[in-house]
Amino acid sequence: MASQIVSAFGAVIVGVFACALYYWLSDKLLQVIFPVPEGNVRAASVNLNRRAVVRPWLFMGPALILLVVYLVYPVLATFVLSFYDRSGVNFVGLANYRWAVSDAQFRQSIFNNILWLAVVPAACTFFGLVIAVLTDRIWWGNIAKSLVFMPMAISFVGASVIWKFVYEYRGGNETQIGLLNAIVQFFGGDPQVWISLPFWNNFFLMVILIWIQTGFAMVILSAALRGIPEETIEAAVIDGANGWQIFWKIMVPQIWGTIAVVWTTITILVLKVFDIVLTMTNGQWNTMVLANLMFDWMFRGGGDSGRSAVIALVIMAAVTPIMIWNIRQANRETGDH
Amino acid sequence: MNAAASLRRIGLPRLVVHFAVLLICIVWLIPTLGILMTSFREPAQITSSGWWTAFTSAAQTSAARLADPSTARQEGANYVISGSVFEEGQGGTVRAFGTRVQEPAAYPAGQPADLGDGETLTINEDGSYTYAKAGPFDGERGRRVYLQVATPPSFTTENYNTVLTSQGIGQAFVNSLTVAIPSTIIPILIAAFAAYALSWMEFPGRALLIAMVVGLIVVPLQMSLIPLLRMYNEIGGLLGVPSRSYAGIWLAHSAFGMPLAIYLLRNYIAGLPKEIIESARVDGASDFEIFLKIVLPLSFPALASFAIFQFLWTWNDLLVAMVFLGTGRDQLVLTGALNALLGSQGGKWEILTASAFITIVVPLLVFFLLQRYLVRGLLAGSVKGG
Repeated sequence: MASQIVSAFGAVIVGVFACALYYWLSDKLLQVIFPVPEGNVRAASVNLNRRAVVRPWLFMGPALILLVVYLVYPVLATFVLSFYDRSGVNFVGLANYRWAVSDAQFRQSIFNNILWLAVVPAACTFFGLVIAVLTDRIWWGNIAKSLVFMPMAISFVGASVIWKFVYEYRGGNETQIGLLNAIVQFFGGDPQVWISLPFWNNFFLMVILIWIQTGFAMVILSAALRGIPEETIEAAVIDGANGWQIFWKIMVPQIWGTIAVVWTTITILVLKVFDIVLTMTNGQWNTMVLANLMFDWMFRGGGDSGRSAVIALVIMAAVTPIMIWNIRQANRETGDH
Repeated sequence: MNAAASLRRIGLPRLVVHFAVLLICIVWLIPTLGILMTSFREPAQITSSGWWTAFTSAAQTSAARLADPSTARQEGANYVISGSVFEEGQGGTVRAFGTRVQEPAAYPAGQPADLGDGETLTINEDGSYTYAKAGPFDGERGRRVYLQVATPPSFTTENYNTVLTSQGIGQAFVNSLTVAIPSTIIPILIAAFAAYALSWMEFPGRALLIAMVVGLIVVPLQMSLIPLLRMYNEIGGLLGVPSRSYAGIWLAHSAFGMPLAIYLLRNYIAGLPKEIIESARVDGASDFEIFLKIVLPLSFPALASFAIFQFLWTWNDLLVAMVFLGTGRDQLVLTGALNALLGSQGGKWEILTASAFITIVVPLLVFFLLQRYLVRGLLAGSVKGG
């Protein structure tokens, strides 16, 4: 074990050193290849220009290689693989797509994903906004924010264990040790096996992600609320608007942009949700989602890269509109810069 | 007076706000509190009572046998057997007792119970009992009684001992560190150089590259997995090395974190004062020197923000570890080990809760110590999808 830690730290040192060495050496090399001779102004300026042309690519080289090898190429390869059979050798045309459309589990996953998309981003944004507004008004608001923000640091797997314990069901006349069933019993209801209740179990899984992500929405929206110019609110107060009107008609419209960012960010996260479903139900009891189905097909029966690729592409297609929107936003900002 | 302050004067009464926020805090905290408390309880207590009763006495049903009829003393017309239902060293408070397993709490402690047939049994809270009958007892063995015993709250660190040594969580903790530390530090330098080039160097295609980076931030990991797994297997086969290795996962994590890293750092580095960089250029400093001596030190807050993100992400990741590191028992990182325990130790909450807490304690420490940087990073990079 100790040797493993040593090797990890060794990797850090070697990795950082190798990176530093690369940048330093490549810069030196550049100076050697394109020297700036003294006295020869013309040659010097030509070579300085050449250096300026090459240097950005040296700086970006390692990052670009990583991006291309691990992200750009795989996206294209996945697209190609979706037209091939399970081993990725024989071309099968649209067979994998046809399979997907007719597969019951695939349809179930699409349905569940839509359910998640409809509930989780809305719930996180709503709770985040409410908590941001409320905590801004009390002296211990920052402590409260910290507590709501805390689950952000917890892994999805850890959060799943935490909530599985809340949902724990014990049969017969045993004492209920899960909080939810204890509460239900306290109010005279019958304890349930929450995570295997068809349809509703999806919502019990969603609660976990909402619990994790509300803090994110709260932090961003709270910052946006603080950025609202006070004059607009004072003017509304003078005009006799009440708190409710000020919130909905003055504050919310001014932070629409931020709400959109929060909403889309959580939407992307929801599309990729994997850990929670894997650890809570592993897709049983009709809780399968696309990311889990994709992972399942990656290894099921030795793996089917074609079908798996089709499922990944569906997730990608759902993300694409947000991606385009993000790029446009970023371009606009860079334009201003 | 800011917007929040002016909102303070209007709307809901103060008390309602305090109460609502308190309620939210409780709801948000209680699930985590549940596993923290449970991880310190004894297995028998975990299954017999809810964790919220951990500080009160837990009521447990147990069985005991009264003394043999041969020990009966004669008191007037009655025969009496007495003693204690607790064995030596055993303690607790008897709440109620019964003679049938279906009704272990039929009679309250301390009051004589009429068992019929002229028999009365009294079991006191301290466990002492008097069993009387208006005639001799029959049978060879003592009567069986069922007790509802309140055991005093007791806490233990034994669960942590168990999971760290025999459940592989200790090894998984080391594995998680091995994955997370290089995966956090290596991409920083690479991303910082690229971010500098994208901020302060003029070259054709720069805008396109920035757009590509922004676009790649949201590309789902699922798109990368299949081709990369194939590529790793091929390279492994070609070079005769295992296709699943720490080096492989370090590179994968570095690459997957790269778009966000470049984006965050570029936003920050592009916002540095132009005068500083241009005056350094006028003084004859090369880009390499400007980067090392000016930009890197000034960018510390952004580097820290990204480092925290990347650490939390690599520490908490399950998918990348499952695909690139394998699922063998000694290769599992904490999240993988916890997931495996959920399968194999399903109802053993003493093991699951202790393991879960070990899994989340490091990110929680990072979170509470460095929250400031985390918030700053979130605000700067809220395009990223996590």
